[in-house]
Amino acid sequence: MRSVCLYFQVHQPYRLRTYRFFNIGQDHYYYDDYQNRHIIRRVAEKCYLPANRMMLQLINEFGKGFKVSYSISGTALDQFAQYVPEVIDSFRQLAATGCVEFISETEYHSLASLGNEKEFIRQVETHTKRIEELFGQKPQTFRNSELIYSDVIGEMAANMGFHTMLTEGAKHVLGWKSPNYIYCNNLNPKLRVLLRNFRLSDDVSFRFSEQNWSEWPLTAEKFVGWLNAMDPQEEVVNLFLDYETIGEHQLKESGIFDFFYHLPSTVFAKSNFTFATPEELYQRLQPMAALSVPYAISWADEERDLTAWKGNELQAEALSKLYSLSDAIAEIKDPVLKRDWGYLQSSNHFYYMSTKWFSAGEIHKHFNPYGSPYDAFINYMNVISDFAIRVEASLLPAVTGSKPEKSKTAGKALKKTSVVKTKAAEKKIKAGKLKAEVKEKKAAKPKAAVKGTKAEKPKAEVKEKKAAKPKAAVKGTKAEKPKAGVKEKKAAKPKAAVKGTKAVKPKA
Amino acid sequence: MKVLMFGWEFPPHITGGLGTACFGLTKGLAKHGVEVVFVVPKSFGDESQEGFRLINASDIELDFTQTLTQEFREKISYMEVGSNLVPYVGPEEFERWYTEEILAKKTDIHSVYNRKYAFSGKYGANLMEEVSRYALVALSIADKFEYDVIHAHDWLTYAAGIAAKQISGKPLVVHVHATEFDRSGENVNQVVYDIERSGMEAADRVITVSNLTRQIVIERYGIPAEKVFTVHNAVEPVDKPETDEVTKHVREKIVTFLGRVTYQKGPDYFVEAAHKVLQRDPNVRFVMAGSGDLLNRMIRRVAQLKMGTRFHFTGFLAGAEVDRMFAMSDVYVMPSVSEPFGISPLEAMRTNVPVVISKQSGVAEVLQHALKVDFWDIDALADAIYGILHYDGLRKMFARYGKSEVDSLIWENSALKVLEVYNNATGHKN
Repeated sequence: MRSVCLYFQVHQPYRLRTYRFFNIGQDHYYYDDYQNRHIIRRVAEKCYLPANRMMLQLINEFGKGFKVSYSISGTALDQFAQYVPEVIDSFRQLAATGCVEFISETEYHSLASLGNEKEFIRQVETHTKRIEELFGQKPQTFRNSELIYSDVIGEMAANMGFHTMLTEGAKHVLGWKSPNYIYCNNLNPKLRVLLRNFRLSDDVSFRFSEQNWSEWPLTAEKFVGWLNAMDPQEEVVNLFLDYETIGEHQLKESGIFDFFYHLPSTVFAKSNFTFATPEELYQRLQPMAALSVPYAISWADEERDLTAWKGNELQAEALSKLYSLSDAIAEIKDPVLKRDWGYLQSSNHFYYMSTKWFSAGEIHKHFNPYGSPYDAFINYMNVISDFAIRVEASLLPAVTGSKPEKSKTAGKALKKTSVVKTKAAEKKIKAGKLKAEVKEKKAAKPKAAVKGTKAEKPKAEVKEKKAAKPKAAVKGTKAEKPKAGVKEKKAAKPKAAVKGTKAVKPKA
Repeated sequence: MKVLMFGWEFPPHITGGLGTACFGLTKGLAKHGVEVVFVVPKSFGDESQEGFRLINASDIELDFTQTLTQEFREKISYMEVGSNLVPYVGPEEFERWYTEEILAKKTDIHSVYNRKYAFSGKYGANLMEEVSRYALVALSIADKFEYDVIHAHDWLTYAAGIAAKQISGKPLVVHVHATEFDRSGENVNQVVYDIERSGMEAADRVITVSNLTRQIVIERYGIPAEKVFTVHNAVEPVDKPETDEVTKHVREKIVTFLGRVTYQKGPDYFVEAAHKVLQRDPNVRFVMAGSGDLLNRMIRRVAQLKMGTRFHFTGFLAGAEVDRMFAMSDVYVMPSVSEPFGISPLEAMRTNVPVVISKQSGVAEVLQHALKVDFWDIDALADAIYGILHYDGLRKMFARYGKSEVDSLIWENSALKVLEVYNNATGHKN
């Protein structure tokens, strides 16, 4: 029994609003509500709702014959809930038929699988749980953002308990092999790998309405003809598409709805294919071979690699800035910060920074709210700069609370470096002030701190004993060249302390 | 293909961007086997030429005499016509130039571009006279040579082009490097406008240096779109930017505006954006290099915003000073309100300086590795500057792609498009 495996990705990112550098530290809302609402409603109206209606109708028509599977990103679910909750209802209706499999992915459609394992696992677990709660089925199949896959990523998925994973049938990985069989992971053979038949998938998703394509117009009949022309040994055709193909990328007027509407009946009438979900394929078929994918692949562009998200210096810097916050985030409980952390990870933000579309790529421009990758980069970096400040700030009181002693010494060390031979009374007052300041300006700015100390050149000597934040302390001492001995007893937060000295002009 | 070209200067007497462009184009055409008879109005004595060369020395990138190969010489005939015309001037400037530079023998190079500074209130009778005289000479030249097409650069030569067309019956191509709207905003000089329009109307084909200019030609001059073609300018590649030994004497990053301080260059937007950046990051220095009628206003505004210690005015820069300025810069900003093309960002990029340019410049149409903002959007302008200064990825990207992008904008390619226009025009004619 040969199968067509129809899988759709449903994803919308939270697009960022125009966020200028002078908003940094002042304005912590990052999202373009108007645009997000507008787009999600438009796509719901043109695609999600009518397409879901059609799928439901097909399922009802063919009983258990017609199967389809979806992955819905957490950011899409959030936006549905926010702007068009009826979309969730219609997916639940589909779930209730038993003919629809919901597949797990990263909650935020992120690139966390590329070197941030903990975050990746956390996101997948969150999403899996959420899907189970929403649709009443625990996902057994995993697909990574943009179908990104490598041996290692597959192994991670297997370790999380998934038995099947979807990815691209990339030519450079397959070589002579066919995507129309089931393979298994090279490191953990328990994980099945389903490969996207990119020719047939792209015929529908990209070329469907291209009038100068030699096969235009594409009908269900013609498509089934291609299925029949395949090697009879081949077991499965994986059609993995953006759900937005139906009605958004390919307009209704192109006949895309008619194509899908007639596909099942034509498949049943004119071929020996049936429809299957990844789960059913797992139950039914055995893997042909192990697939070796040492370097990550994806479903993007001709190269099927990561260059659309990690291809240039802009993307590299943005990603490294983002994930440099991972450790700090792990200690944070604040749900708003956690939410922002997630939303800022959506792969789309990095896709917008791709310079690949300079040469080719109408597809890259689709849904891209920016005029140029440089604009996208600057905007994102402004946002992430503000976010980093908030993360830092929210960590400070937590640290003081849990480890008061440590923080005290940290303050001491720093203060020593900065506050110089002033009268004791003055010091006390200042220390008090500084404390207050710290609380206000949770967002410490190390740069400014260093600057401050640079500006004055106090000549007091400093003795350090301990420093919780040695880096900052060292910086401080470097900048000023202290000469006279100072002993401090109390100190406020390091940065603020340094800053505070700006106002005072110490004289040794 | 033989072309009778009415241009401006010719090496080594290059004074402005227009001369550089004509030269580059001519050279590019020669590579495609096009023969050019190049007619220029002969300038005054050396003194005034020197004066003008000083003014625009920033545009001189090459030792032209060296690059003139034998092969090139064979393709090009060069003629000088006794005339007092100079490129890139309006009647008022010419009037003033004529009186100040020539009659008074005074050399105040800065004021040449300060149109309003010495506004005479009269039409420059002398300039119009020269235009007509040039046209008359064109008549006799047109009779002496064999050619397939006539090519006239900017409005001062249009009359000559029309005259040549009338006597020879050959198709006329006029090349619009700038329009009166670019030079004067909305306060156009009607006489100049009329000459421009009659030139475009008489022409069989109009070439504009950008789509922006093309749009102006179509909308403001009422020229049918189908005969207006855009051919973007290019630059001569330089082998090595000689900026290695330049050292910066300040720690701060430097953001530079370089050009005439006049309305159409948008200096006020630069000042306002600087203020925004400095509020957040005081460790930046802004430099406004150039002079012009808005300079005093800019100085006042900078004082008003209390950023005098971070915002510097260099006055007019020329030659090596310009190169040094670029070499010291971390960002180059061109916030032009209206810029038919705008070659200076390309010069900056050639020395690996990242650029922020206004979307209202022709050069924005050909550059990808540049930040583009609307000239009026001070927030976006400030954001772009701040971004380059603070996010390293941008600098890396521009360093990696900017120079090669500029180097790919060569005259040979532009000349090919001009040749297509010629073919189109002559085919149309025959």
